[in-house]
Amino acid sequence: MKRSPLGRWTRTVVLWLASMAFLLPFAWMLSASFKPDLEVFDVPPRWIPENPTLGNFAEIWAGEQSIARYFLNSILVSAVCVTGDLLTSSLAGYGFARFASRARDRVFGFYLATAIVPGQLLLIPRFLLFRQLGLYDTLWALILPGVFTVFGTFLMRQAFVDLPADFGEAARLDGAGEFTIFWRIYLPLVRPMLAALAIISFVSSWNDFETPLVMLSTESLYTLPLGLTQFIDADGGLSAGLAMAAGVSALVPVALVVILFQRQFISAMTMSGLK
Amino acid sequence: MSALSARHRRELAGWAFIMPNLVGVMLFLLVPVVVGAGLSFANWNLVSGVEGVRLTGLENYRLLAVDPAYWRAVGRTVQYAGIAVPVTVASGLLLALALHAGAFGSRVLQLIFFLPHVVSMIALGVAWLLILHPTAGIVNLALKAVGMDSPPLWLASPQWALWCLMAISIWAAAGFHALVFMAALQAVPKELQEAAMIDGAGWFRRFTTVTWPAITPTVTFLVVTSIIGFSQGFGLIAFLTEGGPGEASTTLSYLMYQTGFQQYRFGSAAAMGMTAFIGVAVVTALYWRWQRGRSLA
Repeated sequence: MKRSPLGRWTRTVVLWLASMAFLLPFAWMLSASFKPDLEVFDVPPRWIPENPTLGNFAEIWAGEQSIARYFLNSILVSAVCVTGDLLTSSLAGYGFARFASRARDRVFGFYLATAIVPGQLLLIPRFLLFRQLGLYDTLWALILPGVFTVFGTFLMRQAFVDLPADFGEAARLDGAGEFTIFWRIYLPLVRPMLAALAIISFVSSWNDFETPLVMLSTESLYTLPLGLTQFIDADGGLSAGLAMAAGVSALVPVALVVILFQRQFISAMTMSGLK
Repeated sequence: MSALSARHRRELAGWAFIMPNLVGVMLFLLVPVVVGAGLSFANWNLVSGVEGVRLTGLENYRLLAVDPAYWRAVGRTVQYAGIAVPVTVASGLLLALALHAGAFGSRVLQLIFFLPHVVSMIALGVAWLLILHPTAGIVNLALKAVGMDSPPLWLASPQWALWCLMAISIWAAAGFHALVFMAALQAVPKELQEAAMIDGAGWFRRFTTVTWPAITPTVTFLVVTSIIGFSQGFGLIAFLTEGGPGEASTTLSYLMYQTGFQQYRFGSAAAMGMTAFIGVAVVTALYWRWQRGRSLA
């Protein structure tokens, strides 16, 4: 199809202008994170800090109001969620795909049906359940729901179902067990989907705010998003420089993952959207 | 005997693979759903313990039905989702169409557009607090600079708070919608496009006759998921406005959070959750039917 170069240039200009609306809040936050507190509210505002400082970052990492603890908690929760989710989801996805039976198809149908259950409806009963189990106000309350996911199972089943059944036959005749066949033969074949699921699982556990808000009360257990509330005063005011530095620190890991794994990430997001 | 045992083995293996996930899903998803639905018919608070659960039938629902605060929250939720859903889907589609038609640096652009969707809402909230700060935020400094004496207080203003939250969540979701639309646009058959072009169909006609029918399932998917998403989230509200000022930004999901986790009235909160669930399900089903009816016509 022929396209006029003029149209291409128009679209380029319009889209880059639009991209400003998406970038400016980040840029402003980044800029403020390098400003001394007094300069944040300077009039007229400056994009390039007049007296750039690393003081805010030093304060939030090594100072009194350190976010290092929140960061560690977030890393811990995300690492366990991702590992656990990959493990249980690929096992279950394989089970549903390779060992289809009427009973298991019914169970999978039930899995699909849970997609319409709103997360907020789950929050109260989960809160009560974790209190009963003695897991309220522990990191387990954040980890466990992230380890057993319907979404991950769905994604992995989709990956396994497309693979031919006879790959495992030769190994089976050689006497290999079912788990060996899964682990050695099939699992390596779905690496791209594993990568996609790992990214989605990481992003969602890293960013989760509502679960820790409800499940945690001890400050030393806070994950990063909840920890950010510590920088907002009760009256809505904020220690601006520190808050911005903390916000930047919280979003850098996710932004890095997304930029580094852009291709896997896009396929993961569209898969989560299209299937 | 060997055939039977092979079948037996297969059956066992099938369940063994599924079991770890299934047990977790039962415990942390199915049980909570059932308990949550049950709680909505009960009166219960933390102090009374498990023994203190009293079934009260439809009492929680009856109280909601006569509670004006509940209906105001419902109204705000309808307003929120009713505006945010179409605006997000439409802006996502516009971005995707422009990107798909080709522009310089479209990969980078795509990344920029969906960055707000993937980073923490709360980290973004921090940035928006600074930008929309009533006295010292750049938005109001700019408005004052062009001669507006008393610009709105944005998140601190009863008139504007809900609109600000809406705008922020649209801004955060549009890029994701664009991404999903991009994938759908790539799947539109090129031959059809070319045939329409040879027939002399203009851009708009090609869009309505070729592109739109091909991407309708995607539109439906995004509309449905964003109805669910926009009517559920309370994290950003909890962080930025705590439902205020007053109750100006108290949507149904935030009211539910307040009722459950600040007042510990679990039965009432569960009933709110159920009504929200039913409401969303009904709206979704209606949209679905309307969409199907139209595509058959």
